Amino acid sequence: MLAGYPLLSLAIWVPICAGVLVLATGSERNAPLARWIALVGALAGFLVTLPLYLRFDATTANMQFVEFMRWIPTYNINYHLGIDGISMPFVLLNSFITVLVVIAGWQVIQTKTSQYMAAFLIMSGLINGVFAALDAMLFYVYFEAMLIPLFLVIGIWGGPRRIYAAVKFFLYTLLGSLLMLVAFIYLYFQSGGSFEILDYYALPLSLPVQILLFLAFFLSFAVKVPMWPVHTWLPDAHVEAPTGGSVVLAAITLKIGAYGFMRFNLPITPDASHYMTGFMVTLSLIAVVYISLVALVQSDMKKLIAYSSISHMGFVTLGIFLFNSMGMEGALVQMISHGFVSAAMFLGIGVMYDRLHSRQISDYGGLVNKMPVFAAFLMLFSMANSGLPGTSGFVGEFMVILAAIKVNFWYAFLAATTLIFGAAYTLWMYKRVVFGEVTNPEVAKLKDINAREFSFLAVLAVLVLAMGLYPRPVTEVMHVTVNNLLAHVAQGKLP
Amino acid sequence: MTAMQELYLLVPLAPLFGAIVAGLFGRVIGRTLSHSVTIAGVAVSCWASWLVFQDVQAGHTYNGTVYTWLSIGNLNMEVGFLIDSLTTMMMLVVTFVSLMVHIYTISYMRDDPGYQRFFSYISLFTFSMLMLVMANNFMQLFFGWEAVGLVSYLLIGFWYTRPTAIYANLKAFLVNRVGDFGFLLGIGVVLAYFGSLDYATVFAQAPALAAQTVSLIPGSEWSLMTVICLLLFIGAMGKSAQVPLHVWLPDSMEGPTPISALIHAATMVTAGIFMVARMSPLFELSQTALSTILVIGAITALFMGFLGMIQNDIKRVIAYSTLSQLGYMTVALGASAYSVAVFHLMTHAFFKALLFLAAGSVIMGMHHDQDIRNMGGLRKYMPITWITFLIGSLALIGTPFFSGFYSKDSIIEAVHIAMEQGVAGAGFAYFAVLAGVFVTAFYTFRLYFLVFHGKDRFETHPAHEGHDAHGDHDHHGGVPHESSWLVTVPLVLLAIPSVAIGYLTIKPMLFGDYFKGAITINAAIHPAMTELKNSFHGSTAMALQSFTELPLWLAVSGVFLSWYFYMKRPDIPAMLKHRFSIIYTILDNKYGFDRFNDWFFAGGARAVGGVFWRIGEVKIIDGFFVNGTANLVGWFATVVRKWQSGYIYHYAFAMIIGLFALVTWFVRVV
Repeated sequence: MLAGYPLLSLAIWVPICAGVLVLATGSERNAPLARWIALVGALAGFLVTLPLYLRFDATTANMQFVEFMRWIPTYNINYHLGIDGISMPFVLLNSFITVLVVIAGWQVIQTKTSQYMAAFLIMSGLINGVFAALDAMLFYVYFEAMLIPLFLVIGIWGGPRRIYAAVKFFLYTLLGSLLMLVAFIYLYFQSGGSFEILDYYALPLSLPVQILLFLAFFLSFAVKVPMWPVHTWLPDAHVEAPTGGSVVLAAITLKIGAYGFMRFNLPITPDASHYMTGFMVTLSLIAVVYISLVALVQSDMKKLIAYSSISHMGFVTLGIFLFNSMGMEGALVQMISHGFVSAAMFLGIGVMYDRLHSRQISDYGGLVNKMPVFAAFLMLFSMANSGLPGTSGFVGEFMVILAAIKVNFWYAFLAATTLIFGAAYTLWMYKRVVFGEVTNPEVAKLKDINAREFSFLAVLAVLVLAMGLYPRPVTEVMHVTVNNLLAHVAQGKLP
Repeated sequence: MTAMQELYLLVPLAPLFGAIVAGLFGRVIGRTLSHSVTIAGVAVSCWASWLVFQDVQAGHTYNGTVYTWLSIGNLNMEVGFLIDSLTTMMMLVVTFVSLMVHIYTISYMRDDPGYQRFFSYISLFTFSMLMLVMANNFMQLFFGWEAVGLVSYLLIGFWYTRPTAIYANLKAFLVNRVGDFGFLLGIGVVLAYFGSLDYATVFAQAPALAAQTVSLIPGSEWSLMTVICLLLFIGAMGKSAQVPLHVWLPDSMEGPTPISALIHAATMVTAGIFMVARMSPLFELSQTALSTILVIGAITALFMGFLGMIQNDIKRVIAYSTLSQLGYMTVALGASAYSVAVFHLMTHAFFKALLFLAAGSVIMGMHHDQDIRNMGGLRKYMPITWITFLIGSLALIGTPFFSGFYSKDSIIEAVHIAMEQGVAGAGFAYFAVLAGVFVTAFYTFRLYFLVFHGKDRFETHPAHEGHDAHGDHDHHGGVPHESSWLVTVPLVLLAIPSVAIGYLTIKPMLFGDYFKGAITINAAIHPAMTELKNSFHGSTAMALQSFTELPLWLAVSGVFLSWYFYMKRPDIPAMLKHRFSIIYTILDNKYGFDRFNDWFFAGGARAVGGVFWRIGEVKIIDGFFVNGTANLVGWFATVVRKWQSGYIYHYAFAMIIGLFALVTWFVRVV
């Protein structure tokens, strides 16, 4: 019965319209109204994505829920939407995280509430557009447009160095994506005037051309992931961003980079992808090992988790460039899991920050004495961040490590060091923040989490455990798409 | 689902249910209901294990799937059960010891504010351990493997305000993770070459791949089986605390004593032993791996025993004894006497849990003082604890007819046979396990005499001096007192198998076909079990025969020496300590492992991380490239801006220069 509805358009435009509505509430006097509209809008935005999973046909690699409309006929640019097994989970993840972000900002944000909520709602719609776009120009528009709300979120509601962080973030990502635009224009002419991404899949290209295109896409997506060595914007952005900004940044926008590799690099330049494997794997492994060690010495909790995110995303790019189904599905699972776990970690840090207004590990200690329920949640999420079996954090890492061994034992060897390092930096932080006697008199005054905080942490806890204990429903929808993509990449497309 | 399959599920799920109820709703339902529900869960699990055991004895083994966790291509990763004789033995040991510990905990943790949490954790542990031993595939094994590590972490750090406890639990988790690192790679190699994680499939294919080699380092060929077995064994070294990954176990004594008994003596630490026994079809194919295991086990058995001789904390003496006994089990594995290792695992679980729980009773009696120098003469005040502790000690040193005798003597014999067969490393291992008998007897009875005999030393030391500062029990005076029946009943129930289980079960377990189908031994090259069987003429005969053999007399001389040193001439140990201060210092520093690890690994990782952070991130990437680019653009703009000065004569001058240059150019070309 839902077949007739433009579900993807709804997923994009419901949050955007809600965002505009929230903006219209205007001044701070109407902040309660703005919050409620935002919550309803976010929930509605999430509800319309549910049929995407429930009615998803996992037996086909074709695009589903396709919508097509002419947009700029002169240049053959179309409003073309559709999702497959790779993009579908992220539309849901994004819409879900938006709900959490709205709840998390409920009391914390007291200045420009309506703008804050609106920024996240609009961003949510734009990000859904990124994942659903099948037209290169449409993709590019969403891809760049979503930077604006995030830029504002960091720049307005951020910490003391927010301007530096926001500009760094914006320039980094923008510089990367300019070359992508060049690549699209080249492909437009090569394909005889088409911006259809799927048309590019079939376009034969010589290896040198593929390599250039690969590098153009690589730059824009590597910055987003972020891969070493173009990652330094992320820790700064996280540290300065408000909690909600960090959550969206870690849980969603990083995934866009990895998604880009799967949507553009692999299918459009399969031979170059093979050619560049060694390069990509090396960068990924540096992210896993080097970044883990950097994370170990951080004294700022948000920075630590930011570096941990980069390290976890190293697994994603490693999994993608192993070219087997276990690795690629492992990468996808790792992305979804990281969406939950990093969101939970940043929300947890937000809970602490709201009380003590410090992110420094050394300002805490003995939190469990005052906030036992929160400590229990943070224990679970820390364990998930350390990749403990039974939590979602384990599944993706496990799959990628197993997949890596098939390719090269030493890839897996280096990747598996995360078992030690990941546990070391996460649990050492946990020890210093949560365990021990209370030393800071400010900590002694803290109150445990309230019902609102409990609600979003509990939802995430359930998801982290559910995905760890039974990941199959998540992977089942990917099989066909992933196998199709791998077959396409294996075949190559040299002229 | 058949009734039996439901029963299999009931075994792990009953404790899980208890753990969830006590963990999530403990505060709501209160203490009594929390311990009732968890104890009921474990009791149900124990009873179900007994039914399953009988069913397996009747010949019904089971290997099946509960649910498919993940499927990729034609690989299915599943949660499933393998129920055979090895599994059921472990199930019985785990659930029985766990039940005893649960009951004991009611008294031991009576005044602790984390009472419900503690019950939740130990029930969760029981669930995890059961999932580990009941697994029918490597993935679930790894699940259980890490889950027991998690609960161990939570329990070592149970008193989370103590700096030593939260140091110890992090250390335990990380050292275990080092083992798990190898273990996971081992599992990965299994999957890469066998295409399956299912035990049955892998074991069936193993002989066909015995000759397969892999070249991990270009130019050198390794036997695939050696690589797999060594990687898996690294996991076992972490969990079962073999040198050099043993460092976490002594520190784990920071946790409450019931969990020292359950997790760090009886069950979790034996997971590595169980795993190798379970993988016997693989380990049998790599002599290199077996010899490595033999040597590492021997080092652990002897050198950790030495450390037990100088400890003054009652729990640490037993902890080093556990390390040493785990070394014995490992030696047995290396000698291909898997069933003997598992047999020792079982007897050890009973008598070591007994010793720890008795030690806990002593600690309670001593008002949480753990220093044995402050004890003495306790037999008068704590008769039941005294007798049960003595039984545990006798079992531990291998007194004939006690359970420990049968298992330990079999290990020594098996290594002896391996040595005669010329197995690499067996000569050293034989020496180590023999010398270890003397060492074990010495430290065990040193502990026993210092605690239960001699003068009452506690009166000169006020109570509450010890470092066990959590909610103290009764505060009446400084005189030790016997513990309540909740403590003594588990002690007695554990004392019974500590005495009798070896005598009763050695014949079926080692020489009957109890483990048939569960453990594989290539008898042609590893004849230890066959030869042991040929020389076995019944439990009584074995005990009587031991009077003519070396190990018993080594044990007797160990006991005698400890009596002489600590009861008769206490000046001698003090003199020795002074005379051989170098050796004492080495032992006191535990061979320097801790210091080295703290300096090299912990310090090293932080130092490298610090360099990466300060140089790589801040200076090079951000400082030079990122901000450097921004600065370059800025500098360039500053320079360019200077040209646009706004003065007419600057522009006029530039125009003239330009005109002149262009004219020159054109003239030259023409």
